[in-house]
Formats: sequence, structure tokens, C-alpha cells
Amino acid sequence: MKRWLPLVLFVVLVGFFAKGLFLNPREVPSPFIGRTAPAFTLPLVGNASASFSPADMKGRVWMLNVWAPWCVSCRQEHGFLMQLAQSGTVPIVGLNWKDKDREAAQLLAQTGSPYVAVPEDLDGRVGIDYGVTGTPETYIIDKEGIVRLKHVGPISPEVWKDKFEPKLKELGA
Amino acid sequence: MIPELGHFALIIALLLALIQAALPLYGAQRGNLTLMAVARPAAQGQFVFVALAFGCLAYSFLTNDFSVENVARNSFSQLPEIYRFTATWGSHEGSMLLWVLILAFWSTAVSVFSRHLPEDMAARVLGIMGLISIGFLAFLLTTSNPFERLLPAAMDGNDMNPLLQDWGMIIHPPMLYMGYVGFAVAFAFAIAALLSGKMDVAWARWSRPWTTVAWAFLTLGIMLGSWWAYRELGWGGWWFWDPTENASFMPWLAGTALIHSLAVTEKRGAFKAWTVLLALIAFSLSLLGTFLVRSGVLSSVHAFATDPARGAFILGFLAVVIGGSLALYAWRAPKMITGSGFTWFSRESLLLANNVILVAALGAVLLGTLYPLFMDAMGLGKISVGPPYFNAVFVPLMAPALFLMGIGPLARWKEASLPDMVVRMKWALGVALATGLLLPLTLDGFKPWASLGFFLAAWIALAVLTAFVDRLRHGQGSLGQKLATLPRGFWGMQLAHFGMAVGVAGIAVVANYATERDVRMDVGSYAELAGYTFTFRGTTEHDGPNYRAARGTVEVGKNGKTLSILHPEKRVYNASGMAMTEAAVRPVAFTDIYVAMGEQLDDRGAWTVRLFYKPFINWLWLGAAFMVVGGFLAASDKRYRIALRRSDVSKNLAAQGA
Repeated sequence: MKRWLPLVLFVVLVGFFAKGLFLNPREVPSPFIGRTAPAFTLPLVGNASASFSPADMKGRVWMLNVWAPWCVSCRQEHGFLMQLAQSGTVPIVGLNWKDKDREAAQLLAQTGSPYVAVPEDLDGRVGIDYGVTGTPETYIIDKEGIVRLKHVGPISPEVWKDKFEPKLKELGA
Repeated sequence: MIPELGHFALIIALLLALIQAALPLYGAQRGNLTLMAVARPAAQGQFVFVALAFGCLAYSFLTNDFSVENVARNSFSQLPEIYRFTATWGSHEGSMLLWVLILAFWSTAVSVFSRHLPEDMAARVLGIMGLISIGFLAFLLTTSNPFERLLPAAMDGNDMNPLLQDWGMIIHPPMLYMGYVGFAVAFAFAIAALLSGKMDVAWARWSRPWTTVAWAFLTLGIMLGSWWAYRELGWGGWWFWDPTENASFMPWLAGTALIHSLAVTEKRGAFKAWTVLLALIAFSLSLLGTFLVRSGVLSSVHAFATDPARGAFILGFLAVVIGGSLALYAWRAPKMITGSGFTWFSRESLLLANNVILVAALGAVLLGTLYPLFMDAMGLGKISVGPPYFNAVFVPLMAPALFLMGIGPLARWKEASLPDMVVRMKWALGVALATGLLLPLTLDGFKPWASLGFFLAAWIALAVLTAFVDRLRHGQGSLGQKLATLPRGFWGMQLAHFGMAVGVAGIAVVANYATERDVRMDVGSYAELAGYTFTFRGTTEHDGPNYRAARGTVEVGKNGKTLSILHPEKRVYNASGMAMTEAAVRPVAFTDIYVAMGEQLDDRGAWTVRLFYKPFINWLWLGAAFMVVGGFLAASDKRYRIALRRSDVSKNLAAQGA
């Protein structure tokens, strides 16, 4: 019996590895899920006299997309976000994070903007309130202003279908 | 054209690997000498074609062929030539190609140095290595083709990861892989023995030098990796218990247990089943390490792109190779007859204790490395296991192993006398205890862990001395003659053990007495650390071949005298825009003075600067170097070559008789 032990242990290990392949070690659950989205008021990119606050979106399900012009994987998801914006499924607010060189307005003029509003978080303080670890990150916030979902990394059509669509349906967007 | 040639060469290598695996293994089972004879030319041919593929990839890198995706992603036209060459194995695809190249190299080495082996043994060993090679070549060709074209070609490359642009990284991966893959030879010998049922002392003698050489390379690889992390990451640390480091450390622990257990099997015929199992485990852990690093199952500082198809392939391969070999072991192990018995206090029992401790330590490291994965897979939350766990578990486990290291080589086989040992070692124990208690007082305060470290280091070093005195007391001739007649196996073991003593002493000092400060430094201001004065003279702009740097000037002085001027740099790499800290390290006797630039604070040139005082850190690398030399020395012992000549004679006699 003893001589089978190494094999048995190994089989258990393989089971865990197989499961592990489908997990993302970088994805850290957000403690904000189920809590009210932190409040803020920030000026808009390209129009500093206007401002945005999550309270403006009360009564609607919306997405907060944290991005930056210097972020490469944000460009990767940009195309898909444009499609989403055109389909009108859900309004997307683009939090322009730590854009020290102020390139956002020019970039969005060139590539098109999927956002209903682009608040400017120059020093990254709002990002800290939301626990942003890197760009892009996307949050779904419900009609009562409660954070319902957080996604780290670019949104691909697969991620959208598996993660965002069911959640949005549940929230009645 | 050249990349296609390389791709084609890889396909031919795969075909040769199929031949190298299928025909000799079948031939060995059937006793067909013609089929067995295919093994050597197939292995050598495979090496030629893998080397050709590797050469093609290196050529694409050296000539900046950005129509090859791998080159475009991992190289850059401004990159210095030497890094363009090492970029060949800087990417996932390239490093897997290096893996296969080294496997083919080891197979060829076996094919050349196996003339004294029975034909069926050599055929089986090479056949098993062919099987492993098939898996890796198929992996390369299906999921990680290094010759994939990028059309239209990129204008310029994305640059090599700046962290890897260091000469420690030039040699670290090849050395590490020489160790990892070298265990494939021990693995193949073990499987061949299980297949044939011939599990004798000769088997242990054949696999011993291969295992020892692989172990020495692995030691060197780990040491280089640690040294690289120390200089390049800018934190002054030399071991982080990062999953990637653990992935290389676990095969090392298993390999260390294996070389000791092989000694018992060779000399006494005991521990056979255990030795075979360790040989399987050592290579399995090498494969596991490859899986963990390459699949992205565990996050780590090695930010390689991850891809689920690759992870699934390696896992499947892992399941077949490790699962298959463990099943074979379970099936065949009862056939192994154990050798002669031994008493509770003998060299056997001490080596058994050494093995138990090493395997327990291995289990602890494995558990800590995989624990986050277990928790996550069972939905119990995300956690990370860090140095506090590893230090708390590993250090208490290793302390008794280090103590036994002193006695083991002095104990007699089969039955040793405890009273005799007490008489021989009592002075050493006394001196070691005194060292442990008194030495910390000469340093910056008494610290219990440092005291334990000094005691163990002194104990091992004195045991090495005792072993030499014992050997030299008997026999005739001058001291020099007597030293020259000591076998290399003895020299190698003692040197490696002494290296361990040096390393432990270094760790005891650096872990307990190193100091560091993060300071704000204005131009012309100074800071003090451990009796040294650091004066900041500001920064200048400096252009490297593929980066721009702010180069700081820091004067290091002691007692009003300037000892050295250091130039730590903060670099920004042109292609990737990545910022890198290039620490300046200055050894003063056995101490490193280490300065790293933080961030610029204002327009007048003030910076945050990290200052480190790292006493005796060099002893770590020195100790590891002793172990490496010891390993090579032991593997070159005459006795392995005598065995070769004797079997040549018997072969000739058999030929004459026939």
C-alpha cells in the first residue's frame, strides 16, 4: 500500500493544478463589492469647469472604467469598449488615472471616446479610494450606487460574456 | 529563410526523438541489439538539429530580424550585442528551446560516456530521455514556436526586459537548466532500472557521477540567480521565497537527498527503493518547477506572458511523465531487495536522518509554495505565504540536519560507536559552542539565531578538519603525498561540506547584523550607516546604449577618509519606458556597501537614496562556490573511471571468447 502513496499524492496535486489553470492568481477580490461606491467630485478632461460625481448616476446601472493614456492594455480593450458604447448597453464613465502628461483629451479625439464622462484623477487619490492596483480596472455600480463587480485587466468579448453580461442582467440594466 | 530552417530543424529533431525513444526501448525489451544500437546516433543527431535550431534563433536575434515575432517582442536594435544573444533565451519560447537543447546535450553526453554500460541499460536510458524530449519538442512546436513570423515585420523590437539585461542573467538560466535537466539522467537511469528489474550496486555507481554533476550545476544556477536578485532588484535581499525561487530550490533539496542516498546504495546496497523514488522526485520537481513558472498558476516576479493552452499542455505532460513513473515505481518497487542491515548509530542511519530531514524541508517548501493555490482552488480565499512562514519552518528543520552533517562523514558504515564518536568530537563540540557563544559578542550585540548559526558553521568546519586529521594520521609519506593520495570523492565531499559551513556563517551574519537606511539626500548632504559616511554629490545625465540614466555620485568614507566613490543609477529604458534601479555595490573586505537610488524629490537635485550595509554577504556566494567545486571534484573521482576500464576488459574477454 505504502508504495502507492507517492502516486496518490501526485494525482491529488494534479487535480489542484488543473483547477489552478482556470484561476487568476492576480485577481484579488475587492472589499468594496456590496458597499457604496466611494464618493468623489472630479473635473472633466477637456472641460475643467464641469465635474463628475458618482451621485450623478443615481438610478442607473453604470460602469466605472479606470484607464490611462499611457496604459497599453487599455488600448487593447478600447475597441471593445467602443462597440459597447455604440450598442448603448450600459453607460461607461472613464476615470482618467494619473495622467500626468494630460494626454487623454488628445488621445480620445484621435481614437474616439466610449465614455459618457471622463473625470480626471490626476494624483490618483480617487483610485486609492477604490483600491485600484493598476489599469485597466472596471467596476459595475448599481442603481443605488453600490459596487457590484470589479474586474482587473482588459475586457475581452469572452470576459464580457462570462462576467459582465450575467451581472448586468441580474441588476436589470 | 533562416527562421524557417530553424523551424524545420526542430521538426527533424522531433522525428529523431521519436526514433530515439521507440526503437531502443522496444529493442531493449526484446533483446534486439540492432534496435538498441539506434539510441546513440539518434541522440547525437537530435542534438545536432536542436543546436541548429538554436543557432538559427540566435542568428535572428543577432541580426535584428524583427519579422520574427519572438525577436520583435524580446529584442531591440539598440540592445548591446551580448544581450541580443542572451535574449535568445530571455523569452518563454527561447527558454524552452534552451531546455530542449540542454536535454539533447545531456543525452549526447550519456551516449558518449556510456560505452561501459550494458547495451540494454544504455538503450533504455537514452530511450527514456528521448521520450522526455518528444514532450518538450511537441510543446515547442504546438504552443510555443520560437520561429513564428510577424508579417508585416515590426520596425523595431519591444526590447528585452531590462531586469534581464545583466550579466548574471546571461549565465543563470543555462546553469540552472543544466541542473534541472541533468536530473533527467538520474531519472532515466531509475526508470531503466525499474524496467529491467536490475537494481544493483552497479546501477547506483553509474548514476552517481551524473547526479552529482547535475546537482553542482543546479547549485551554481541557484547561486547566480540569488546573486542577480541581490544586485539587480535594488532591495539588497538575496532570497525572497518567491514561487520561482522555490521552484528551483525544491529540486535542489531532493537532489541533495538523492546524492546522499545514492552513496548508501552504492556502498552498502541499502535504501534502493528510496533512492529510486528520490531520483523520480528530483526530476519530477524540475518538471513541476517548469510548470509553475511557465503556466502562470502562481503569480511571481517573473512576469512572463501566460497562456492557458501552454499550462494545459505542460500539466498533461507532467501527469503522463510523473504519474507514469510513480505508477511504474509502485508496480516494480517490491522487486527490489534491500541490502545488509545496520544499527541505529551508523553512517547509514545518519544519512537516513539527513534524508528524512531534507525531504521534510522539501515538503514544507512545497506546501508553502502551493498553499495559496490550494486555498484558492477550494474557494477558501486568496492568501499569500511569505518569508515568515518559510523562515519559521525551514530554519528549525535545517538546524539538526546541519548538526548531523558534522557527524555523518566520520561515522563508520554498518555500526559506529557512540562513545568513540564522543571522544573524537568533544573538542570540536567545545570549540564550536564557544564560537557560537562568544563570536556574536564581538559583533553588534548577542542574537540567538546568529549564535546558533555560528555554532553550526564552526561545528561543520571542525568536523571537516577532523576528517582530514583522521585520514592523514595513518599511512606513510609526507603530508603532501598523503593529501595527494586522498580520493577526489573525499575531497569533493569535504569541500562541499566546508562550503556549507561558510555559507551558514555568511547567512548568520547578514541575516542578523545587516543594516539599512532610506534617506533623503540633498546635493552635498551626508548620511551615516554602520560607521560609514555617505556623501551625496548629486546626479548627472548619462546615456547608455539603450537607456538614459540619472547617475548619482556617492562618496563612501570611514573615519574621515574616502574609501570609494559609488555610481548608482536610475535608468529609463528607451523602448519600454521601464524604470530600473541599478544599485552600486562595493565590497570592503567581506562586507558589501550597497547604494541604490530611489526617486528624485525636487528640482534642486534631492533624491531618496537607500543605503545598505551587508556584512559577510560574499560568504554566501563563496560557500556555494565551494559546494559547486566539491560536486565537480567528487564526480571526477577515479573510482568511476576504474569501473569503466574493468568493464572494458570484461567486454574484450567476452569478445575474444565469442
